[in-house]
Amino acid sequence: MYTKPNMQYLNSEQISGLETQANAIRQSIIEMLTEAGSGHTAGPLGMADVFTLLYFALLKHDPTNPDWVERDRLILSNGHICPVLYATMAHAGYFPVEELLTLRKFGTRLQGHPHRQALPGLENTSGPLGSGLSQAVGMAIADRMDNPYTSKFMYCLTGDGELQEGQIWEAAMLAGKEKLHNLIVIVDRNGFQIDGYTQDVMPMEPLAEKWESFGFDVQEVDGHSMRALNDAIGKAQAVYSQPSVIIAHTIGGKGVDVFERDFRWHGNPPGKGPEDRVPKSDQAKVALQKLRTLAGTIDNNNHA
Amino acid sequence: MFTNHVSEVIKNGGEVEQVATRNGFGEGLLEAGKRDANVVALCCDLTESTKTHLFANEFPERFVQVGVAEQNLASVASGIASMGKVPFMTSYAMFSPGRNWEQIRTTIAYNNANVKIVGSHAGVSVGPDGATHQAIEDIAIMRAVPNMIVVAPADVHEAHKVTLAAAQHDGPIYFRLGRSSTPVVTTEETPFEIGKAQLMFTCDESLKKKVGIVVTGSLLYNALMAAQELQTQGIGASVLHMATIKPLDTEALSEFAAQHDALVTVEEHQVIGGLGGAVAEFLSETNPTKIARIGIHDQFGQSGEPDELIAHYGMDVPSIVAAGQRVVE
Repeated sequence: MYTKPNMQYLNSEQISGLETQANAIRQSIIEMLTEAGSGHTAGPLGMADVFTLLYFALLKHDPTNPDWVERDRLILSNGHICPVLYATMAHAGYFPVEELLTLRKFGTRLQGHPHRQALPGLENTSGPLGSGLSQAVGMAIADRMDNPYTSKFMYCLTGDGELQEGQIWEAAMLAGKEKLHNLIVIVDRNGFQIDGYTQDVMPMEPLAEKWESFGFDVQEVDGHSMRALNDAIGKAQAVYSQPSVIIAHTIGGKGVDVFERDFRWHGNPPGKGPEDRVPKSDQAKVALQKLRTLAGTIDNNNHA
Repeated sequence: MFTNHVSEVIKNGGEVEQVATRNGFGEGLLEAGKRDANVVALCCDLTESTKTHLFANEFPERFVQVGVAEQNLASVASGIASMGKVPFMTSYAMFSPGRNWEQIRTTIAYNNANVKIVGSHAGVSVGPDGATHQAIEDIAIMRAVPNMIVVAPADVHEAHKVTLAAAQHDGPIYFRLGRSSTPVVTTEETPFEIGKAQLMFTCDESLKKKVGIVVTGSLLYNALMAAQELQTQGIGASVLHMATIKPLDTEALSEFAAQHDALVTVEEHQVIGGLGGAVAEFLSETNPTKIARIGIHDQFGQSGEPDELIAHYGMDVPSIVAAGQRVVE
């Protein structure tokens, strides 16, 4: 059981360890999606740093006792990026890493979109967009009923396309009204969704001002910088009397340069993605090569 | 003749007291809150009309005013339940479960979350507000969802008991309430159990033709009056009160069907997917029985007084009597 204080300073060695861990998680994401033959690639790769930091440095949780009452809650609102959630949970010790290859198969605990009752450690069921934030708000309200000074945090992770759902803003209104200091929302701002770039499908800027006007403390950070993310979450934990949102600017497909920034990788697995940068037959192989060495900058073969 | 579950006033043909079922809920919720500190209530800007204000005034720290946002209501309730509390979420049935059906399905039913969904203002007896506010499909849409229990209490006493039983039950449950005052048919002592039907009126065994009336919700009174009338016309008639529509009390229904020549189902709801649908589905597989279904026949409601609308849509006593005659011809 991790009884550490909420936020702590991370030294260079710890940061480098987290980056290596994130990379191992990205490799698992490629392997599980390739085996499944369907699922989402860009979002999971883009959010691997956020998930790694949360599960390996920030969350109060215990993988051997997933129902521990005093744990923080991680609520994934955009359930389609669950490969990153499953891979991070497996690497953190919730279940064997080998089980990741059962993703989306008949009888699996790793349903195509997460089902709370299928797998210990999942806090919510999601897939239909927009309802995770409401659930996180409900958890934060319930926890505060028991302890107004609670330091148990509800971390709600949402996509940016998901913010087009009206229910998100219903929940944001309630969170602002209730001044939920124990709610920290992290938006995966990668700028694209299935049909294209968010600014074409449905523009959402000015996004920071939207959250601010709903009563949130707003920060914008580089979603791939462990230090920036850690600092932002630490600051969010220190905000009392209002909920927090961290807009994490991420690169969809992060870590595999031939996938990055292309919205066509939103909903396709390796082997079924766009072919103009890498042929279908090589997509999985090339992705794993890139990740094993982080484009030649690290030696990560031991984590493969 | 009337069974012991029916009040003495009705047995003696006296003037029947009229109270809205939502009142029974409001008092029941207050009592549930006093019994269990984990009971929480949420409402969408309809606190007084759903009678949730009785709880909210007594336990403001356990009441969440969600504002006009029914989708949020459902998922917030799910989150509250996942922290070990027992949330009752209330609004008009047209909006909850009408507007937030997917949130109820995904974040409540699929997780078997311990959320109590209370839909007030069900049926055309909502009256002057018109069709937009008359929920007549709520039973159908909730009955189709796995893990969901669906109950339509008959009167104020039963609404009170359903509320307390819901607080005790571990899992999701939907129950519907009415806006207008309806006859008080049962007594405080009448037993109530989720999933159990109750025989309210038994037919004269000496009569040759026998019709069984299966009824849910506040039309129980009309069903009883119709049964009495049918017997004076020489047709044996019994009334089985099916407060819980899901799970259907199939044991009681099988026995009831076997004892009668034909059945009439009665509900203030579309006949598609409601009690009539549930009874027909079950009996067609086990004991094919001729059934006449009283309810709304694939139409929308409209403005009017409750009694006018009940008569217009063929749910009044003469309509039930006519269906009873027709079905045993």
